[in-house]
This record gives sequence, C-alpha cells and structure tokens, in this order.
Amino acid sequence: MRTLITVFIKEVIDNFRDRRTLASALIMGPLFGPLLFAFVINLSIERSLDDIDRVLEVPVLGQQHAPNLMRYLESHNIEVIEGPPGRAAAIDAVTTGKHDVIVIVPAGFGEQLADTIPAKIELISDQANTQAERDARRVRNALHSYNQELAAIRLVARGVSPIVLRPFNVDEIDVSTPSGRSAMLLGMMSYFFIFALLMGGMYLAIDTTAGERERGSLEPILTLPVTRDQLMLGKIAATCVFMAVSLLLSLCSFFVALKFMPLEQLGMTPNFGPDVVIAAFFVLAPFILLGASLMTLVASFTKSYKEAQTWLSVVLVAPTLPILIVSILTLRPQLEFMFIPSLSQHLLLVDMIKNEPVNMLHVAISVTSTIALGAVLTWICARLYRREGLLG
Amino acid sequence: MIRVNDIHKSFGKVRAVRGVSFEAPDGKITGLLGPNGAGKSTTLRVLYTVLTPDKGRASIDGVDVVTDSLKARQRIGALPHGAGLYPHLTARENIAYYATLCGLDKRDIEARVAGIVDLLEIGDFADRRTKGFSHGQRTKVSLARALVHNPQNVILDEPSNGLDVMATRSLRDLILKLKDAGRCVLFSSHVMQEVAALCDDIVIIANGKVAIDDSVDGIRRRTGCDDLEDAFVRAIEMVGPE
Repeated sequence: MRTLITVFIKEVIDNFRDRRTLASALIMGPLFGPLLFAFVINLSIERSLDDIDRVLEVPVLGQQHAPNLMRYLESHNIEVIEGPPGRAAAIDAVTTGKHDVIVIVPAGFGEQLADTIPAKIELISDQANTQAERDARRVRNALHSYNQELAAIRLVARGVSPIVLRPFNVDEIDVSTPSGRSAMLLGMMSYFFIFALLMGGMYLAIDTTAGERERGSLEPILTLPVTRDQLMLGKIAATCVFMAVSLLLSLCSFFVALKFMPLEQLGMTPNFGPDVVIAAFFVLAPFILLGASLMTLVASFTKSYKEAQTWLSVVLVAPTLPILIVSILTLRPQLEFMFIPSLSQHLLLVDMIKNEPVNMLHVAISVTSTIALGAVLTWICARLYRREGLLG
Repeated sequence: MIRVNDIHKSFGKVRAVRGVSFEAPDGKITGLLGPNGAGKSTTLRVLYTVLTPDKGRASIDGVDVVTDSLKARQRIGALPHGAGLYPHLTARENIAYYATLCGLDKRDIEARVAGIVDLLEIGDFADRRTKGFSHGQRTKVSLARALVHNPQNVILDEPSNGLDVMATRSLRDLILKLKDAGRCVLFSSHVMQEVAALCDDIVIIANGKVAIDDSVDGIRRRTGCDDLEDAFVRAIEMVGPE
C-alpha cells in the first residue's frame, strides 16, 4: 500500500509540474470543449433569432414593372436594391455566391396582372446552399403572401369571400417541453464530458508504459523491491484523479457556459443547475476507471509515446459510437442499454437535463457494469505489466 | 555475492545467452567484458530480475532471482543501460522517490539522500530538475538512485558509456569505495583497459558464452598475449561462432 501511495504522489507531482501536458489535460479537455460548444450554439441561436428582424437586401431586376410589389416587400423588411444587369448576369451572381437570392420581374408583369393572366416572376437561388436558402425562403414567403393577397382582392371584387379558398386550417400542437427541446441540443454534451474525462488522464496513461519506456525510466524502476502490480495501480490511481478533476472542471465550465447562452429565447430551459452538476459527476465517475484502464491498456501495446497518442485518439472517439447509433435510431432509454458504458451515462444525463425522473435501477446497473468492466480492464493491464515484453 | 549457474535466454530465434556461469564474490569487483551483442546486458537483466532465464539459475546472496525475485531485488542496486530520470523532478526528488520505494524509513530518507549526494559529489545540481542534465550528470543521479538504499550487491550495465574523463574517474573511485566497503560489484563494459584497471576478476563473454573467467594476469597467461587488447580478441576467438 505504501508503494502504491508513493507512486501515486510522485505521479501527481510529476504531472502537475509538466505545464504543457497539464494545460492539455485540464484546460484543453474541460474548457475548450464547452467554450467551443457555447460559441457554436450562441452563434446559431443568434442567427435564427435575428433572422426575422434583420433587413434582407434583395436585388430585383425590373423594379419599374411592379411598383406595388416593391412596396409590399419593403413593408416586409425586405429592402429592394439594384441588381446585376440582365438575367444571365443575375444567374451568374447567384452561382458565384455574390448574391444569395435575386428576383426578376419581367416586362409586361403589370399588364398581365391587369388582364388576369397568370403573370410570371423569377426567383433565382441556390437550393443546395442551406444558408442562402433561408434568405430565399423569406423572399419566397413574401411573394407567396403577396400572391394570396392579390387573389383575395380579386375574389372580393367578384363578390366572393376569400374564405372559400381555405377549406380547413391545420393547428399544430407541440408536446415537447422546453427541457425536452434542450435535450436534443444538449445531448451531445455528454460526449464532451467523456472527452474531457479521457483527455485528463491521457498523458499519465501513456506514461505508465510507453512514456516510461521511451524515457528509459521503466527498467530501473522494475529493479526495485516492489511488485509491478503496485506500480501499475499507483499510476492508474493518479490517472483517475486527473480524470476526475478534468471531469469536474468540464461540468463546471458547462454550468457557467450555459448561463451565457440565450437558450430561453429558443424555448429551451435545460435542467443543469448545481444539483445536476453533482449528480452528473457521480453518474459519469464510474467511467473514469474504465477510461483510465482502457487507455493504459492500449498504450501498453505501443512502442513509443507518439504511437500511443495516435492509438489513443481512436480511444477518444470510441465512446461516441454507441451514443451515435442510439441517437440516429432515436431509441428510448432501455434496461439493456444500461450495460453499455458511455451509452448508459449519456442516456442518464439526457434524462437529467430533460428534468425527467431518473430510474434508480438504471443508475445502479450503469454504475456497477461500468465499474466492473473497468476492474476487468485494470486486471488485464496488471497482467500485461508483468510480462517481459513490457521492456520492448 | 552473485552466483550465475548455466543460464540460457533466447528472444525468438536469437539465442542471446547460451550457458553463462560465474560468481561475483563480496568485496571484489567483477567485470563482465564482451563485444557488443555478446549477451552482457541480457545476463545482467536476468540478475536484476526483469528477465526470466529459459534455463539455469542465478542467485543474489543465495536468494533465487526467479522464485524469490522480490527478495532478490531488495539486495541489489542496479543501473540498467541507458537509465532515464524523471525530468520534472529534481535530482534529489528522483533519488528520494527510489529510497521511498525501497522501503526506507521516512525519517531516514532525507539523511540517506544527503549522504549519497555527498558521496557522488552531485550537490551542485541536486536541487535542479533533471530536465536538460548532461549525460554525465544523469548517470551520476541514476547511480545515486541505485545506491541510496545501501545494497550489498551493485550491478552496473556499461556505466562508463559516454562519460568524459573526469566523470569516468569519479565513477572508478566510487566503484573502489564500494569494494572497500565489502560490497559485491558487478559491471559490464566493452572496454578492456577500463575493466583491467578496476577488476579483480574478469568474465569475458562472447556469443552468449563465457570465454574466460580469470584475473587480468590469468587472462594474459591463458591467452598467451601480453597486450590486453590482443588477449581480449584471442579470448573471443576461443569461443567461436555458434
């Protein structure tokens, strides 16, 4: 036990003094992820929010042929500007991305309207460009409602109520709760946590085998009167502590980051208060041992630090797979899923964020199965640490 | 006291050691001499228990290195070839870490480390982090680390490799001091002159076998060569290829 503690303390001090790896472990993982997430979400929220209020500039060719339409567009926050000369130039401008959307009013538009002949308006846009399509949709909607208005006026002029054109209305009732809507968006958070957790211990996990070997410090330490199991467990314990710190930091940074996200404006109220932060920590904590032993195991097969880093980047992605599959198939939490590490943590976390009651049986299965798998992997690590080939 | 009895070790098809036997008594310096790839390191690695021999036995003070490896390790201080330090710890911390792992009493550790720092004359840089240390400085700290628990048996794998004249000299002084203290010192080298200047006994190894195990004079006599280098070459030829 004394050996284990000695190794543990030494590894913690050693890792703390290594500023570069400490920065990547405790800043990169826990802070970069949430900040990036917050930034992206903020950007997309602001974009969708201010869309309606924003004045949209649309080039229109042949404005003189439809002065009333121009006024109508202006009243719908669409500013009509001069467009490129000619139809070919207009198509070219949209193709090259100079303009997102261009409207062409052909000559004779007014006469055709007056004669009640279906007139033609051209709307040029690139439907493959989703960003531009949002602006195009606004113009399309404005044109559509102008069309409807004219039709209504014509009917009224002929003594027919415009209501006859509307046999029924569709009322949509959305049953999703504000917290539920958040879950879709914030569901990916669980991966950020697992990522941060793994990042926190990556350096130490590599150092246990590949790092020590490359530095030439592995062979000397194996000549000391201590068992290899104790060395191994001491190092895994230190790895776990750094992973726990990293996880805690990342939970806290998300807690802070969410405060700066105008999620309420999107009708979302994620349930992510201090109590959820603490509960999430304990739900995710069992994954620490599993992650530490998995990374140590993978690193022990590699020849060098560099090679270990390459392989461990695969390990960083692995926990996303079950989450991804279940998200694509939109499966609801089930008892069987709780046996799958990373997936079980993800599902439990989503439930918490949605503010739905968390099934304690699910929690118990998730915790025990993850810890059990972690223990098995730790045991395998210890077995591998005993073999001669360890020295490379 | 180190005893090696007919050990064999292969790595796949390579038969690194094929029947090495010798004894390294207390109070004497035993040199393991041989060309590169002769099996010196493999033999020493078996002795400091990181490798298990395929066949044969070896013991430290009568403790078997395979069946009782933990106990055997308590009796040795080893300097493996190319031993590395922890770059973020100071030299003193590196040494103290090993002292703690060796099970020394917490209260003794500080004094012990101070003692070994004095003995190896590394006080000037003992409190600096070992990152950026010169090869000589690193070797000295590695040595201090290996000797901090006062082991009866000292195993050094090519300790003088890459050291300058001054550092080699102080290493030689240290080895002599250990001898005077009644320790069993076993070290390997591929430089005949160095071994001849220090050792009471020389074990020449070639192709995984012992060519000659004798004193310097004995080797001269048995090979019929007065010049040490010639004697070394002659001894290696006596083993012949596999």
